[in-house]
Amino acid sequence: MSLSIRIIPCLDVTDGRVVKGVNFTNLVDAGDPVEMAALYEKEGADELTFLDISASSSDRETTLDIVRKTADQVFIPLTVGGGIRSVADVNQLLRAGADKISINTAAIARPELISEIADVFGSQVLVLSVDARRAKTVSGFEVTTHGGRKGTGIDALGWIESACNLGVGEILLNSMDADGTRQGYDIEMIEAVRPITPVPLIASGGAGDLEDFARALDAGADALLAASVFHFGVHRIEEVKRYLSQAGYSIRGVSNQ
Amino acid sequence: MIAILDYGSGNLRSAQRAFETTGAEVVVTSDRKTALEADGLVVPGVGAFRSCMNGLLAIGGDEIIRERFSKERPTLGICIGMQILFSHGLEHSDDNDPSTEGVGVWNGTVSKLKAPILPHMGWNTVVAPKDSTLFRGIESESFYFVHSYAAKEAVGQQVSWTEHGERFVSAVEDGAMSATQFHPEKSGSVGLTLIRNWTGTL
Repeated sequence: MSLSIRIIPCLDVTDGRVVKGVNFTNLVDAGDPVEMAALYEKEGADELTFLDISASSSDRETTLDIVRKTADQVFIPLTVGGGIRSVADVNQLLRAGADKISINTAAIARPELISEIADVFGSQVLVLSVDARRAKTVSGFEVTTHGGRKGTGIDALGWIESACNLGVGEILLNSMDADGTRQGYDIEMIEAVRPITPVPLIASGGAGDLEDFARALDAGADALLAASVFHFGVHRIEEVKRYLSQAGYSIRGVSNQ
Repeated sequence: MIAILDYGSGNLRSAQRAFETTGAEVVVTSDRKTALEADGLVVPGVGAFRSCMNGLLAIGGDEIIRERFSKERPTLGICIGMQILFSHGLEHSDDNDPSTEGVGVWNGTVSKLKAPILPHMGWNTVVAPKDSTLFRGIESESFYFVHSYAAKEAVGQQVSWTEHGERFVSAVEDGAMSATQFHPEKSGSVGLTLIRNWTGTL
């Protein structure tokens, strides 16, 4: 056996609630992130990601509380992203029970933040989230901010290379072109990023059919993140894992005999 | 009572809650007396070998671990908390900067994995000895790993192995001293089973 690929559901959280609609009948409260996290663990999620989309700092206190409650009852790795700007922010989240944190805009504004966090807590806690789209940069992929609405002019591959040198432990590659389309992961982008990325690569954005997950793995992804296909019940996690296992990929918790 | 040794490493909350699922009383402490007298001591650890050793030395943790080892008091190292039980670690070292000395319960060097993608991050299987206590009932399960360095030579009485680029030691059971390179507290229900297998020996 070898290292299994990871299936990671992502929950957008604000003011203590999951924001994007969740379509499960067996939940008492579909908006409760702690309950959602516990359900996804039970269904076979290999990790969980919370994206804090809160606007105010009082909401952030609520998010810390959710991280605490989740860490108290969910025993798989938890990554938290959104609004992290300093080593102190990271420390707060780790102490609350997060295992990894992801940074995005703050690192674009101030790349030294990457080495500051890695020096204190190690690279393994640090995920760089890259929102990229097709544009006329060197590689043909540009880093964006504001959920893909604002271009930065920064070449995505160049940014990933320098971030890896600065000490990120993992890359979360979000395709802004594919995001929300359910037309499949951005295979060309994954194939472009894989050879220059010496750390694990998580593909995100566009998952729709079961075959989409397999294609992203063939393109070089180590892990697959998805939100809406899981939340809306298009696919269950166990269904995706069974499909991938039968297709011959190394999957935790599913025998491919 | 189980003590989790607090020497400045990040997320201890998950470890505390995971060990509490066994029904045991769990305290997070850096107090020497508490750590020495606990029925079981857990040595966690995240970050780099050298910074972990510095944190451990600052609270006299190396002496606590050696004393428990010599008195055969149950102790469990997790991740970097396993690595620092070895005599040497090569993380963050180069020609001018020799290896960092560990606690030295076991003779051996913790060195970088030869693998194309590091850290080794995610769920991987463990090949455990048949009469293993830690892996009883969970012999063919996967556990959650996050690390780039590992021990590659057998030490102690029982060694479990995992592959990532090359074969490395994923767990050691050596009398009262045990260690896992993976995170049982992050390995879902099978991780909790391993924790119960360990607390069952206390």
